[in-house]
Amino acid sequence: MGLLEIKNLHANIGDKEILKGVNLTINPGEVHAIMGPNGSGKSTLSAVLTGNPTYTVTEGSVMFNGKNLLEMAPEDRAREGMFLSFQYPVEIPGVSMVNFIRTAVNEKRKYQGQPALSATEFLKMMRERKDLVELDNKLANRSVNEGFSGGEKKRNEIFQMAMLEPKLSILDETDSGLDIDALRIVAKGVNHLRNSENASIVITHYQRLLDYIVPDVVHVLYKGRIVKTEGRELVAELEEKGYDWIKREQGDL
Amino acid sequence: MAEQEENIVEQVTNQEYKYGFVTDIDADTIPQGLNEDIIRLISEKKNEPDWLLEFRLKAFRHWQTLEMPNWAHIDMPEIDFQSIYYYSAPKSKTNKTDANGIDPELNKTFDKLGIPLYERAQLSGMAVDAVMDSVSVKTTFKEQLAELGIIFCSISSAVKDYPDLVRKYLGTVVPYTDNFFAALNSAVFSDGSFVYIPKGVRCPMELSSYFRINAAKTGQFERTLIVADDDSYVSYLEGCTAPQRDEAQMHAAIVEIVAHDRAEIKYSTVQNWYPGDKDGKGGIYNCVTKRAICKGDSSKISWTQVETGSAITWKYPSCILAGDNSVGEFYSVAVTNNYQQADTGTKMIHLGKNTKSRIVSKGISAGKSQNSYRGEVRVVPKASNSRNFSQCDSLLLGDKCGAHTFPYIQVDNETSVVQHEATTSKVDEDQIFYCNQRGISTEDAVGLIVNGYAKEVINKLPMEFAVEAQKLLAVSLENSVG
Repeated sequence: MGLLEIKNLHANIGDKEILKGVNLTINPGEVHAIMGPNGSGKSTLSAVLTGNPTYTVTEGSVMFNGKNLLEMAPEDRAREGMFLSFQYPVEIPGVSMVNFIRTAVNEKRKYQGQPALSATEFLKMMRERKDLVELDNKLANRSVNEGFSGGEKKRNEIFQMAMLEPKLSILDETDSGLDIDALRIVAKGVNHLRNSENASIVITHYQRLLDYIVPDVVHVLYKGRIVKTEGRELVAELEEKGYDWIKREQGDL
Repeated sequence: MAEQEENIVEQVTNQEYKYGFVTDIDADTIPQGLNEDIIRLISEKKNEPDWLLEFRLKAFRHWQTLEMPNWAHIDMPEIDFQSIYYYSAPKSKTNKTDANGIDPELNKTFDKLGIPLYERAQLSGMAVDAVMDSVSVKTTFKEQLAELGIIFCSISSAVKDYPDLVRKYLGTVVPYTDNFFAALNSAVFSDGSFVYIPKGVRCPMELSSYFRINAAKTGQFERTLIVADDDSYVSYLEGCTAPQRDEAQMHAAIVEIVAHDRAEIKYSTVQNWYPGDKDGKGGIYNCVTKRAICKGDSSKISWTQVETGSAITWKYPSCILAGDNSVGEFYSVAVTNNYQQADTGTKMIHLGKNTKSRIVSKGISAGKSQNSYRGEVRVVPKASNSRNFSQCDSLLLGDKCGAHTFPYIQVDNETSVVQHEATTSKVDEDQIFYCNQRGISTEDAVGLIVNGYAKEVINKLPMEFAVEAQKLLAVSLENSVG
């Protein structure tokens, strides 16, 4: 059984249907890239999987870890091991990163029946993992994402991913707004965390990020459906031909 | 601290107002209503000297000429002052007291509230004056404090034991002519705390008063007087709770504080009177006059308040900076939820040279509540080189509540600088979802955000109170985000 099994998923925002029957299975150890033109539903898919209340699921099923994901509250999905690296990380003034991530880590541990980490254990873990994404010490003591640069925000997302050790990470346009150095740091972090037990979905427009995070499977999402699934060679093909080729195949051009 | 924060968040899940119980105890209550005979009766019950009865009667006569103020941004129902019981003293059913001279039933009550009346609680390093309805039940650590010359007792005993001191200061900071509620309190005040710190003494423990309303249809009108003589220091805390009842109850207190040369007084309040139910029924009307005077040069007064309770809050703890180089501070977090209304703030009156004041006010509104900051900063012509900094922030949860800021600033001196900053922000769904996605529930997320927002003020509280205040903030805002 797959780690994530999406069957015929339909979802709306308001009255507008965005996802129109998505099927996708992800196994442990795999990295899947989801590509596609603007407005195809890539970010909607990540929002629906993580339980963002803005979207309504109208049809279909999603199993995660053998459990019915769609019945779970967003926080329980996270505690089950689903992590979203946000395209636009949210600023939370007044709440320090340390306090925030510590609450998150211990909530997850509690959910899994583990005792809370002591302050010492926690700080040690934090020191190790923040080095992975070359995050400044000072950032950890500042409020969540407040006054962080674009690159710092994205690195901070990967840092949180490292702290929470998710089973499935969804990287939503993590490359957007990153210069090449930040992109390398982020990719290095993601690759370091990759193992045979966990899996990732990398949502992106461009080949750039996928040069660093090499996917096992590449999907093209178009008009709310996955219209093409191939190996990593698809990335180069898309880069060369652009999305018009897909649109033409779908009879839209 | 971080560890405590977490436990707090756990504890608060699904808590309601947990101090809403009633103690089943007989009370010595005088007839309902207010007239000169009632005032004479209160004074008689307390065996007061003539000067105090005169003070009360003068206040009462003045009160009769006043109207209830209506300038606050509050919708206050008509109050029938003749339907209130102005004096109610808990009376032992069995006439039994324990070795410490405390009625076991009362002791149980304060135990339940987490207020130790026995000095075994020495570890907590806090002396307590516990007041239920109209009388002080017990003051702890009196003897130890007396060795340093510190007087800490109920104001009733102070009137008997230290009449000169009380007479010298009573009504000097808040005269009975000050306002409607101050006149009422001056006429009928029952108990409260008295503190005197002698010259050069640094009070070794936190002094604290705990106010409890128990009897129905009673008002609580306590009066607190704190005097710090030259070069002394004291930190004073005040807490309060009341039973859950359908009808509203009146609380109109006065706090007067005097700081002499180089004295420093910190006054902290965690106000948790019953706020009324979800539909706005019942609750305490908290109409309080608190004022401090920095009488001496280089003296310092600091007010810190965390206001989470009461159906209506009307209070403006103020500083009169009379001494040169004196400093006044006001740190406030006021939370309103459901149908609560708060109109609260401060006054900083700069009279002396080089005086400094700092105001940090954090309003948090949720539900259908209304939360207003009202503050005055005045610098007189003589107060050269004075400084004020005010920061008034409002945080909104949901879209049915209101936050308002009413600053009054008057500077009559060219060498002084007054600065006012204000912000309004909203806890938005994106922030909540971001927390949810990291495994943090919505209630815990609100707790984190609100405590983060209020941190600057909470940090000013003594440790034990800070923890209590954090819990309260989270509890008060439960179910405030839909």
